[in-house]
Amino acid sequence: MSDRSQLISSGQPFTFDSARDAEFERLIKRYPIRESMIMPALWLAQEQEGWLSTEAIAYVAERVGTYPAKVFELATFYTMYHLKPVGKYHLCVCRTLSCYLREKQEIVDYLAAELGLRPGEVSEDGMFSLEEVECLGHCGTAPVIQVNGEFHEEMNVEKLKTLLAGLD
Amino acid sequence: MEVKILSAKFDIEDSHRLEVAKKHGAYGTLEKLFAMDPADVIEEVKNSGLRGRGGAGFPAGVKWGFLPKDLDKPIYLAVNSDESEPATFKDRYILVRDPHMMIEGIIICCYAIGSHDSYIYIRGEYTSQLKILQEAIDEAYEAGYLGEQVAGHDFRLDVTVHRGAGAYVCGEETALLESIEGKKGQPRSKPPFPAVVGLYDCPTIINNVQSIASLPFIIEKGAEAYRAYGTEKSAGTHLFGISGHVEKPGMYELPLGLPLMEVLNEVAGGVWKGRQLKGVIPGGSSTPVLTPEEAHTVTLDYESMAEHKTMFGSGGIVVLDETVDIVKLVENLIAFYHHESCGQCTPCREGLGWMLKIIRKFIAGDGREDDIELLLELCDNIEMKTVCVLSAACTMPVRSYLEKFRHEFESYINSSNSDPVQSQAE
Ligand SMILES: Cc1cc2nc3c(=O)[nH]c(=O)nc-3n(C[C@H](O)[C@H](O)[C@H](O)COP(=O)(O)O)c2cc1C
Ligand code: SF4
Ligand code: FES
Repeated sequence: MSDRSQLISSGQPFTFDSARDAEFERLIKRYPIRESMIMPALWLAQEQEGWLSTEAIAYVAERVGTYPAKVFELATFYTMYHLKPVGKYHLCVCRTLSCYLREKQEIVDYLAAELGLRPGEVSEDGMFSLEEVECLGHCGTAPVIQVNGEFHEEMNVEKLKTLLAGLD
Repeated sequence: MEVKILSAKFDIEDSHRLEVAKKHGAYGTLEKLFAMDPADVIEEVKNSGLRGRGGAGFPAGVKWGFLPKDLDKPIYLAVNSDESEPATFKDRYILVRDPHMMIEGIIICCYAIGSHDSYIYIRGEYTSQLKILQEAIDEAYEAGYLGEQVAGHDFRLDVTVHRGAGAYVCGEETALLESIEGKKGQPRSKPPFPAVVGLYDCPTIINNVQSIASLPFIIEKGAEAYRAYGTEKSAGTHLFGISGHVEKPGMYELPLGLPLMEVLNEVAGGVWKGRQLKGVIPGGSSTPVLTPEEAHTVTLDYESMAEHKTMFGSGGIVVLDETVDIVKLVENLIAFYHHESCGQCTPCREGLGWMLKIIRKFIAGDGREDDIELLLELCDNIEMKTVCVLSAACTMPVRSYLEKFRHEFESYINSSNSDPVQSQAE
């Protein structure tokens, strides 16, 4: 969602916490080459920090035993990796076929107006970020949005109001 | 019309948990399986007529037969759970409602092809689904259905979930392999095919979640029982996802071969709000659209779809009512494929971008008559001239809209011509 051309420093050193360290060690045994661990390690880092800083990318490279450039390449190719912080609530609205037919635009417009955000932006207080994404695999209950990974189906403005009221 | 083969446990509470799934027969085929010769398992699957449910419809048993014999290399199974084609939402039900059916299917497939390492590639957006799946795998390990000795037999099997991160192209089988190898998801040129040179340069079978989940039934009840559903060339049942402008959108398991309109009207409640039908997309956004006349003659199987110059695809049926603006719909489609292009082929990377610019010209009221021809020409110049068929997944449907709904594109031209004041104002 963000500018994917550069990394931002968090100013903090990065290492996996013990649970993630254990998960890394569990997974690495499952692959015959270490590079296969780049994506899983990026996920672990992002789950821990919420986004991927320069430090996290460097750490993943070192843990996997590869170049930071290679890790960075994957972090830019795959759009779910965040190269800058997202909001405390990250709202993804599906914009493709079935949701389009079921008026996803109303959802986008309402959220944009209510949060004062255009898709791709993060609110100044860091509470919300809005993103338009491709098919979320819930087309039979369109339009759908995903908030911090959780699906909300058959959305309409009424349901959005309730949903937003519950986020603080 | 609905049947319950794959979806037999879907309505049972907590059916994703081993204890519950076992009560309803999960892992019941393993004794029979291990008493069979792997070659006979392949033969049984061939005889069942099971075709790949990921979109291309390639016979599953035949694909397994392409593995080189006696090669001194490991063989891998990759289960395709990327499910990212717009309007496709069937595999998800298997992942969350009956993951043990899929794990049992993986055991069957791996035993048949001689694989000891399987990867399930799941799309990154499926977060809660991933959790349920991983818990099911953990339970299967604990219960001894996975690991060093599958169900007490001298057969090791490890199953690992590899999580994608938002790239539709990773559903393409070779991009999926690249992604597991820790690279960008850029498809490989074929040949060599993955059955010969696949994951980590080793022979690899890639199958869709639903294909794999269909195996326990086939092994338990036999090829003939599976063939009792569907048609001669399109055997079995399929999880159809019906979405768009219908009264009752949703996922329905049906035998193949039913008339499309009967399914739409009787199962999905017909076109919503009493409106007229404008068209039907039969199998995900990449399949050419059917006009209402065509929709009335087509049946839900691979042959009938081909006869109607479209494709069965992923079973994601989308209903378009009379209010749909085809030009804007096409813009939405092209935008998706353009966004998801992996960028390695010029015709796809640049061509889909040009198509998007031209369609946006129409919408802005600046379209010209020869732009329709230009779009068609672009489709010809892009299609089949690229490493993978993602580009064709865009051009094939776009061509169908241009041919079948040409008047809608023309009306965008005419309206801008007939209203010079408005076009000057822009
Ligand atoms: C761009 C593109 C995206 C695809 N996405 C998927 C997908 O999400 N899931 C899937 O099973 N197959 C997908 N496929 C088809 C796979 O390449 C492959 O044919 C399939 O996984 C094979 O399994 P099957 O024989 O069991 O159908 C896609 C193909 C292309 C070209
Ligand atoms: S056709 Fe498009 S998606 Fe496929 S390999 Fe070429 S650029 Fe990548
Ligand atoms: S099109 Fe929106 S979830 Fe599939």
